[in-house]
Amino acid sequence: MASKYSQISVHSILILGTLLILAPIWIIFASSTHDSYTIATKGMQFGIGDEFLSNYQNVLFERSGFSKEITFVGLLFNSLVMAFGIATLTVVTSLLAAYTIVYFKIRLATTYFWLIFTTLLVPLEVRIFPSYAIVSELNLTNTYTGLILPLLASSIATFFFRQFYKTIPDELLEAAKIDGANSWKFFIDFLIPLSKTMIIAIFIFMFVYGYNQYLWPILVTSSEEYWTVIMGMKIIRGSFSYIILSIIPPVLVVIFLQRWFVKGLLYSGK
Amino acid sequence: MKKVQFNSNLSPFLFIAPQLVIILVFLYWPILQTFSDAFTAQDPFGFSKTFVGFDNFELVITDPAYLRSLKFTLIYIFVITLVTGLLGLLLAVQANSVIHGKSAYKTLLIWPYAIAPAVVGVTANYFFSERLGLLYSFFHDLWGFNWMDNVSDAYIYVMIAGSWKQISANFIFFLAGLQNIEKSVIEASLIDCKSSFRRFWTVTFPLLMPTTFFLLIINITYAFFETLGIIDTTTIGAPSGETKTLVYKAYIDGFKGLDLGSAGAQSIIMMIIVLAITIFQFRFIESKVHYN
Repeated sequence: MASKYSQISVHSILILGTLLILAPIWIIFASSTHDSYTIATKGMQFGIGDEFLSNYQNVLFERSGFSKEITFVGLLFNSLVMAFGIATLTVVTSLLAAYTIVYFKIRLATTYFWLIFTTLLVPLEVRIFPSYAIVSELNLTNTYTGLILPLLASSIATFFFRQFYKTIPDELLEAAKIDGANSWKFFIDFLIPLSKTMIIAIFIFMFVYGYNQYLWPILVTSSEEYWTVIMGMKIIRGSFSYIILSIIPPVLVVIFLQRWFVKGLLYSGK
Repeated sequence: MKKVQFNSNLSPFLFIAPQLVIILVFLYWPILQTFSDAFTAQDPFGFSKTFVGFDNFELVITDPAYLRSLKFTLIYIFVITLVTGLLGLLLAVQANSVIHGKSAYKTLLIWPYAIAPAVVGVTANYFFSERLGLLYSFFHDLWGFNWMDNVSDAYIYVMIAGSWKQISANFIFFLAGLQNIEKSVIEASLIDCKSSFRRFWTVTFPLLMPTTFFLLIINITYAFFETLGIIDTTTIGAPSGETKTLVYKAYIDGFKGLDLGSAGAQSIIMMIIVLAITIFQFRFIESKVHYN
């Protein structure tokens, strides 16, 4: 299976694929370290130049926008608030909803199930105008709440937690009941520790999803105070160094937590 | 559901309430509003609404621009799903059989997943700009590539942009699926079948069906909805609206054109398309998928 020749062909395909996927970002990064005169006269660059510090300092702290008040650091703060808010609140509300659906005998259980899972059919992009109308009726435009809440109206995470809970053996609850655990204690002491991997996987997924939102922040923030990095991409015009800086936070989250991410995915594949 | 459950009246409502309330307010309310928009016409000043039946729908589906957008969307979904699926699978199979450097390849191939569609678009925009673009001049030298005037060149532009980061997503899920296959199954197949190519398609790939099926849905949703950020930062629909996806067209018509009736009707047509895909997935594909 592991003959020398087959390993050589495996490596060549992987190296070629990796190069193809990484090349665009490398060229953007290399170009971000040159002055604009070099770029304008010689085109995009493959090698590193000497303008790294000044270019990145410019993007990070330069004031832009109509008011000349906003900086990249400010945009990044808003993006992180939005991403953390969406990731944390999705995990909490979905864990609880899935718990109710799987572990409780309640009236209207099927109704709840359908009310929640039909949301899979209607992504935000499809209901974007009425969502905007409602958010502005509730006076939530130009607030973090308005940026975050409508993106929580999704049940993908609930669906994954439900699938996961169903694989947990019934004996666990029986044992917990014999020990006298009530529903809240069972949830906190048994289910949450067991769901750790799944929680991290969903958190990463929702963090990236929240950070990467583009259309919704454009619609819901007229005030520059609440602009995010990704929407600024078009409005402020993403320079090479802006592109590189903008991808760092979600990429770091994915790289550092990839072990849990892939493990969580393994559960969901079943 | 579980055989052993809690019997309680109050606590389950408290647990499910946060998500349920958010969904009712930010999902069902907007959907009702979409239906009301779709079946009414608003006067230009927004003072009154009149019920117009299916007029908005008729206007939408008889509009040649809409049909062109539908055609583009279907081709776009098909190409992105196929190309990113095949490349992701190819790389995942190699990464799974490599002996040295597995985790290095994994880390290098996994992270583009995290890049926002709008960032992909702005990046692609540099590579396809007439003045600076490396890919623009490369293709231009080959066959006179010019996406601003030529429809198929514009298709190539948004397809390359749309596929790039999605290869990573396919790679991650296929690799996870491959690692999930029992070693003993693969070892047994080594004895029965000498050709590694045949072994892959008769033993490994059928075992990957649940993953493939899951990715099919992920890729379709991505190409359908999430690519809005890519289109809005690359061609903006050029040339003359040929590269507008249905989602992008609804957004442009609703916000820039302020035609809420038409946008509402377009939203409902998209809901019907997603519903059809979902039914298709459960009826025809899931019945052919073997879960172990």
